[in-house]
Amino acid sequence: MGVSSRQIRRIILDQSKRAHVGHIGSALSIVDIITALYGLVLRIPDPDDPDRDRFVLSKGHAALALYAALFLKGWISEKILNTYCGDGTVLGVHPEHVLKGVDFSTGSLGQGLSMGAGAALAARLQQSSRRIFVLVSDAECNEGSLWEAVMFAAHHHLSNLIAIVDLNGQQALGYTHQVLNLSPMAERWRAFGWDVCEVDGHDVSAITRTIRDLNTSSGPPHVLIAHTIFGKGVSFMENQIKWHYWPMSEEEYQQALREVEAKP
Amino acid sequence: MRAAFVKTLVELADQDSRILLLTGDLGYNALEPFAERFPDRFFNVGVAEQNMVGLATGLAESGFIPYVYSIVNFAVLRPYEFIRNGPILHQFPVRIVGVGGGLEYGPNGLSHHGLEDIGIMRIQPGITVIAPADHQQARHAFLNTWNLPGPVYYRIGKDDKTVVAGLEGHFELGRAQLIREGSDLLLIAMGSVASEAVSAAQALAGHGVSCAVLVVASISPAPVDDLLAFAARYRLMLTVEAHYATGGLGSLISEVIAGKDLNCRLVRCGVESLPNGVSGSQRFLHQANGISAEKLVEKTMQVLYGLRSTDRNEG
Repeated sequence: MGVSSRQIRRIILDQSKRAHVGHIGSALSIVDIITALYGLVLRIPDPDDPDRDRFVLSKGHAALALYAALFLKGWISEKILNTYCGDGTVLGVHPEHVLKGVDFSTGSLGQGLSMGAGAALAARLQQSSRRIFVLVSDAECNEGSLWEAVMFAAHHHLSNLIAIVDLNGQQALGYTHQVLNLSPMAERWRAFGWDVCEVDGHDVSAITRTIRDLNTSSGPPHVLIAHTIFGKGVSFMENQIKWHYWPMSEEEYQQALREVEAKP
Repeated sequence: MRAAFVKTLVELADQDSRILLLTGDLGYNALEPFAERFPDRFFNVGVAEQNMVGLATGLAESGFIPYVYSIVNFAVLRPYEFIRNGPILHQFPVRIVGVGGGLEYGPNGLSHHGLEDIGIMRIQPGITVIAPADHQQARHAFLNTWNLPGPVYYRIGKDDKTVVAGLEGHFELGRAQLIREGSDLLLIAMGSVASEAVSAAQALAGHGVSCAVLVVASISPAPVDDLLAFAARYRLMLTVEAHYATGGLGSLISEVIAGKDLNCRLVRCGVESLPNGVSGSQRFLHQANGISAEKLVEKTMQVLYGLRSTDRNEG
């Protein structure tokens, strides 16, 4: 089964509705990045292969998009997928490493890039060409610890480390420019010594092309500033703060489904 | 114990290439033997302890055994959540080495006094917690535990000279070490302050009090069977620790004996309150906080006299 953004969005809607939970807008925001990674970018012959590329979903609250990709890759069954947020499930709101295909447990913001930098250093020490991808949210850049990792990766020229910032401009209680201004995001990373690429975070082929062109064997670490729309694909969720936490009613679900299914 | 740590780690790293050492820019005149011998396996990550633990988590996922080193508070308090969500949650073999447990950093003040590290680390399931009493015991603890599958926290001291009499470097996970026999009461000590407990026991002998001394270095797993056996044998136990009286060794033993049908009184000697700006040498601070040999003798006599008065009243 191939990975497509439409399928991932459909799964996000179905599972969020069934479990009656939120974080829908955050998950929809990263769908096209996940599609690019799991469809075309990540070299993972098997999730247990020690030399596979690593992926850290540092913004763990969007895990449903990741679960959808793991399902579409065939690494988790539909039966498991349907336990999302149920009692006794391994598929909680935030991803746990015990799940096949999840390299690191996340959920507390500002920790994933450090783990990714450690994994990138490990790959270098082991003379492996594997790469480490870390998807962070823009609001996660509020965390001081993230910048500790940013400095370390630049100092050690971890060219095999690729961070992707999901720049949707929103956080739990408001818009990022109102809560704690992060602008200019690209210049900040550049000032810390990273190779910075700006990309449309909903253009799968642009994301894929940008990553393919990166030099991951020498030079600075890389960051893709992915310009995204919170709630992307569902008109009434786009750029709306309430869809960070809000679950859907039956009517909202039906409308969202129609919009997602109508897209190619 | 610092020199013992580095010497032992160099030996282990010679045998096993998975061992790495990370420091948060501390360890001057201590870590050089490792850094010089293994320059490619030594990383000064800068003053960034949260990232240090996160890096260690990522390194361990790829099969390394990273040791992270700093002063106790910077090794465990600052990156506490990183330790919890990283090495502990993933059960990775990260080793956290905190130097200067208790009041060893004397005049540096409260920011450098490690007074709650054992409390916060031992409440976490899934991490081994070790607080050696001297450099010989530290060495054996490092040798016995470097290859454990899960994470380990070592609370070590700076002193590489003092030897706790009777301990002879013994260490065993989940066991306590009886280092002095006695019949009237049992002093139970954790960490380098154990030498104060031994001195107190020697002084108490001069007062006609026969005092046994037990060292607990294996905090998690706790030496539950040993502690219950001793609690059944003694009517009085005093815990001695350079740690807040809440959360550390005294609390651990309270938990072990709670609910058991024992006729044993437990008195906890540790740091009771914030120092309020009062600083000084380790010796001064041990005295000020009631954990010097002299203060332990005073405390023991007070408690024993109280117990004997009770005996008389009851008689």
